[in-house]
Amino acid sequence: MELIVNGNRVEVEPQHGEMLAHLLRERLGLTGTKIGCEEAECGACTVLIDGVPVLSCTYPAARAAGKSVLTIEGLAFSRPSDGEYPHPLPFSQKERGEYPHPLPLSQRERGEKASFSTPLPQNKEYEREFSLHPLQEEFIRHGAVQCGFCIPGQIMTAYALLQNNPNPSEAEIRQALKDTLCRCAGYPSIVRAVQSAARRLRGEEPLPPLVAPVVSEQGKPQPSLQVIGTLQPRPDAVEKVSGTAKFTDDLKFPGMLHARVKRAMVPHAILKRLDVEKARALPGVAAVLTAADIPGEKNHGLVIFDWPIMVGIGERVRYVGDAVAIVAAETRQIATQALDLIEAEYEPLEVVADPVRARQPDAPQLHPNGNLLKHIKVRKGDMEQGFAEAEVILEHTFHTAITDHAFMEPECSIARPTEDGRMEIYVGSQIPYADRNQVARALGWPDERVHIVGQLMGGGFGGKEDIAGQIHAALLAHATGRPVKLLFDRHESLLVHPKRHATQIRVKMGAKRNGRLTAVETELYGDTGAYASLGEKVLTRATTHSSGPYEVPHARADCYAMYTNNPPAGAFRGFGVTQSAFAIESMMDMLAHTLRIDPIELRRINALRVGSVTNTGQVLRESVGLLDCIDIVAQELKQRAGDHPFTPRVVEGQPHLRRAWGFAVAYKNTGLGGGAPDKASAEVELFENGLLEVRTSSAELGQGLVTVLQMIVAEEFALQPEGVRVLVMDTDLTPDGGPTTASRQTFMTGNAARYAAQSLRQALAASLAEKFDVAPERIRFVEGLAQVNGHSLPLGEVAKIIRQEGRLPKASYEYWAPKTQPLGTGGDMHFAFSFAAQAAEVEVNILTGEVSVLEVISAIDVGKAINPLGLQGQFEGGIMMGIGNAITEHFIVENGIVFTDRLARYRMPSIMLTPKITAYAVEHPVEAGPYGAKGVGEIVSIPTTPAITNAIYNAVGVRIDRLPVDQEVIVREIAHA
Amino acid sequence: MSTWTSYYLPQTLAEALAILQTDPHSKVIAGGTDLLLELQQGRHAPVRTLVDLSAIAELQKLEQRKEALWIGAAVPLNRVVAWQPTRQFATALFEAASLIGGPQVRNVATLGGNVAHALPAADGAIALLALDAQVILATPEGQRVQPLLACYAGPGKTALQRTEIIVAFLVPLSQSGEASAFRRVMRPQGVAIAIQNLGVWLRREDDCIGDIRIAIGPAGPVPFRAHQTEEALRGKPLTEETLDEAEKALLAEARFRTSPHRATAEYRVHLAGILLRQTLQTAWQRTQMDLEKEAVSLSVKG
Ligand SMILES: Cc1cc2nc3c(=O)[nH]c(=O)nc-3n(C[C@H](O)[C@H](O)[C@H](O)COP(=O)(O)OP(=O)(O)OC[C@H]3O[C@@H](n4cnc5c(N)ncnc54)[C@H](O)[C@@H]3O)c2cc1C
Ligand code: FES
Ligand code: FES
Repeated sequence: MELIVNGNRVEVEPQHGEMLAHLLRERLGLTGTKIGCEEAECGACTVLIDGVPVLSCTYPAARAAGKSVLTIEGLAFSRPSDGEYPHPLPFSQKERGEYPHPLPLSQRERGEKASFSTPLPQNKEYEREFSLHPLQEEFIRHGAVQCGFCIPGQIMTAYALLQNNPNPSEAEIRQALKDTLCRCAGYPSIVRAVQSAARRLRGEEPLPPLVAPVVSEQGKPQPSLQVIGTLQPRPDAVEKVSGTAKFTDDLKFPGMLHARVKRAMVPHAILKRLDVEKARALPGVAAVLTAADIPGEKNHGLVIFDWPIMVGIGERVRYVGDAVAIVAAETRQIATQALDLIEAEYEPLEVVADPVRARQPDAPQLHPNGNLLKHIKVRKGDMEQGFAEAEVILEHTFHTAITDHAFMEPECSIARPTEDGRMEIYVGSQIPYADRNQVARALGWPDERVHIVGQLMGGGFGGKEDIAGQIHAALLAHATGRPVKLLFDRHESLLVHPKRHATQIRVKMGAKRNGRLTAVETELYGDTGAYASLGEKVLTRATTHSSGPYEVPHARADCYAMYTNNPPAGAFRGFGVTQSAFAIESMMDMLAHTLRIDPIELRRINALRVGSVTNTGQVLRESVGLLDCIDIVAQELKQRAGDHPFTPRVVEGQPHLRRAWGFAVAYKNTGLGGGAPDKASAEVELFENGLLEVRTSSAELGQGLVTVLQMIVAEEFALQPEGVRVLVMDTDLTPDGGPTTASRQTFMTGNAARYAAQSLRQALAASLAEKFDVAPERIRFVEGLAQVNGHSLPLGEVAKIIRQEGRLPKASYEYWAPKTQPLGTGGDMHFAFSFAAQAAEVEVNILTGEVSVLEVISAIDVGKAINPLGLQGQFEGGIMMGIGNAITEHFIVENGIVFTDRLARYRMPSIMLTPKITAYAVEHPVEAGPYGAKGVGEIVSIPTTPAITNAIYNAVGVRIDRLPVDQEVIVREIAHA
Repeated sequence: MSTWTSYYLPQTLAEALAILQTDPHSKVIAGGTDLLLELQQGRHAPVRTLVDLSAIAELQKLEQRKEALWIGAAVPLNRVVAWQPTRQFATALFEAASLIGGPQVRNVATLGGNVAHALPAADGAIALLALDAQVILATPEGQRVQPLLACYAGPGKTALQRTEIIVAFLVPLSQSGEASAFRRVMRPQGVAIAIQNLGVWLRREDDCIGDIRIAIGPAGPVPFRAHQTEEALRGKPLTEETLDEAEKALLAEARFRTSPHRATAEYRVHLAGILLRQTLQTAWQRTQMDLEKEAVSLSVKG
């Protein structure tokens, strides 16, 4: 058949069962079109056919015969001619911050490494032809690009809209993007980017990007900074909007095989028999491996090595996703066929379906040490006394559901044996060095023989910390001597990777009539599923945060982290605090109601402040911005709803609709804490072309770490961020940044990069001082120049001079976090906490129980807003994830069997659910943080859920104590009331 | 896995019918938004030959005729929605079709597929049923016209033969004094199809309901026409009392079931009453509007 692709005539014959997405990606090499689900649910695969947007994952290739297909790769060229659209204004939100002009893409040699650099103009010829479409530029300028995986779909869908409707309303933009999901969920920025592009296409001026205003701590001196705090585009943004960004599944190697995994699909059983002979005999199959074929250690894990790489005969299957065999074949289809030929027999065992059952003495024991992963305890003061002093005591039990990260990019690993006998693993991973160690253990090799080549990640949110396909791909590559790609489809992704812990949380709370808390007792059951993953750490955070960001004189918490036959639970943005914040913040509103105290006032009375002692006995000495956050949100609330935001209002003309606001606060530690040694390393090097490069293995999952690192190094050398390149996630080339978890990277790796840059600067100064015989203090670095004695030397020259002297213009730094203490020993359990207050307005339909979130006000104490554009993405995305956690997301497992095994059954918030968002960044700096910064990634999401459920209570009097909100329950309870 | 080995894009109905007749392992495909997913996910027996209906001109026609709208069975939903006569003369269908999927899905999904997929609560089908649409079928024996419900055999089971093709739906024009409306209630979790939907068409005679048709889903194995409820309303003024009677009649004749993780039967009973009242009111109000003007500003909340 013949078709036109991006203006070029193409002759291809469709293959059996082939979809257009595969034709484009696999055979035409147009990997800008992404596959997120293959279920017509996510929109990532959107292309235009004869001008109409369709989902190429479910569009038979054969149907495209004679048609014209436009993909993201074709969009950049479709700009008619230069000068037709007005260029966006340089944006200066802060006086000193200048937004550079959207960047022309230059051909930059870019290997398979995840290297991020702002492209520098190189090839004039190419540039003239290739200029971004205004939509692409505005997506960059408005910070709408985060992990980037959904972006081609967003842009193509928006492009189709603007073709037909040059001046769309916000409602029309939402309708158009309704089914084009973004899990990073910067939906407001996406809308604004589309509006701004529409303006430019109409010949009007673009809109300025929207960023949260910054409120600084009173009385703190503001350091003078040039780059930090300004608006900067992501260094990888141009690739991401133009479809040239490579994610793991976009890579191909000569001779590459395709792997698939045979999953047990029974939740609890003994594997009795396994026959892989028929699969081995299938033509095109290169290898079938079972547990017996693992050369090294049989288990993997992040803290505890309890997760079998494959379950062997006679061994125990603990969840449906357990692997029993792995296959590598010439094509994915053959590998899939081979799976069907594998025969496995199981002896079924009683399924342990929930953590409460798991703790009962007669429950089947899943691991050698039983079902209890850990009993976590918090003890402060004397509970008897605390409750005796109380004038009211409330007690209630809450339940939270399992939820899935549903990052848009399903897991993919490629293992490639190298000629020198090593193994390369191409993967988007949150902890590259942990991957290296686990792969090496499985192969029985020293760590150094494995090389993790980190790739762009289409979202992680905690769900890409554990091993997914890395080991299986490596085993197959080892066995066959060929590169092996192991791609999960969405179904497998949902079944296999660790989830957010489901919890049951009982809270007993005592208080004086004046609102002062006297005692809080909590008991948590956490469902950590089949394997430990980071379960102990997550549930420790849930436990230590379970009495909220309050000064509580007497506190006690007990958490039972239990193994069950459900999919494992591990890290997920919020790290346990999402769950306990829902419980405690609901209780605070219940207490406010009982005491007839304003809920905001109640929180003010008890809020942690400088000098407070936390429930683990930590004295907070600085950087406690909670009261400021509360005040900012309270003020905004007052403007909108006067003095009674929490009383219900009937919507005019619609007596069945009730509205009210709800309020909640939260805190979240930055960094590992609890006595765990926490360090990160970074390296900064100066090249002879004048570019600086910062290197660390820390992970970029879309959250914007690369921009932060780029800005920090630029700040230290007083130059524009384009002068700094960032290389991350490569275990050969970048030093260990530690896990990208616990909101630790801005603080940890940010500090490492900053100190590495400072050491390099000092080393350069020392060398120049020697050479030119001046005092090192007299040497300054400004705008890419070293100023020596009235002369200016370009940095490239400096690099040459240093090299001529036989030295390397390079410095590394291993940053150790301030020391923390283990739980139970008192002292500083964490080196920093972030704080937040949020208010949400909901509308409840009292006839149907339907709930919608209309508006959210948010104030987050981030220490220092290093990268306001990136921060905006975190603010918006965090709130959307909180809405998902409250309203849409429910990963359902019934007696160990996963019901929500398709994206169609697991709903993440779409753009339609986006409320109006007003966000503030509050800066109470941490002395030890880079420029005062602390963690951001998790705190932004934590208070959203309880703010919503408190609002529902205020609107209709129904207390939500089980997540997600069930509209049917609301109707039932309204009827009972 | 989708493993068809032949994919045909016939230009005429005759060609399509010929392939269907000669190849016993063939099946028609329109937008594929139901069929391809079922094939991919192994919920449908493998199909060797797919016969794509999208290139057949007759199935792509939208025509306003004297008494009825001719809506080609393979017209993508977005075109059905964008066509002014749909809004004006078949408002319920406009509303239902606008709510199906997102824009990308609607650019390929069709009413023919929505009906032939045979779910009892497909939005398009419920609206068509309330509008009393007739189905034009092409069969190896020739064309025939039949009522919509004759296409249904059971939940997810079509009564159509493999070799039969829906060519078009004939939707009677709502005349002056007549109007229709469609509503549904969703759940924010899980599959994005209605937990309850309802379509109403009615003719107003002074202050009374002259004639009425009500379709509701899911309320049985196939889309449900609520004849007894219609009877309870016909000739009555639209009062609270009439509505109470109608609600009683509806709950007596329709069958509501619990679907795990979706809705309990009790909730569906509750919603059915609410949808009945609201949709009826909307249609009633529309009988007094200038639909031609109104249709322009009509928009649907997703
Ligand atoms: C993301 C998403 C959201 C959706 N949301 C909704 C929703 O809100 N409401 C809703 O009702 N549905 C929804 N659907 C379901 C689906 O889009 C509709 O049922 C659609 O109308 C089916 O049409 P199709 O052309 O894609 O059918 P296909 O998948 O092509 O065909 C479906 C069946 O009908 C047969 N068939 C198709 N055309 C004909 C014909 N002309 N004659 C005879 N047989 C024929 C096919 O052989 C097949 O058995 C959704 C689907 C997706 C993927
Ligand atoms: S990949 Fe096509 S819709 Fe998700
Ligand atoms: S940027 Fe949209 S999914 Fe990450």
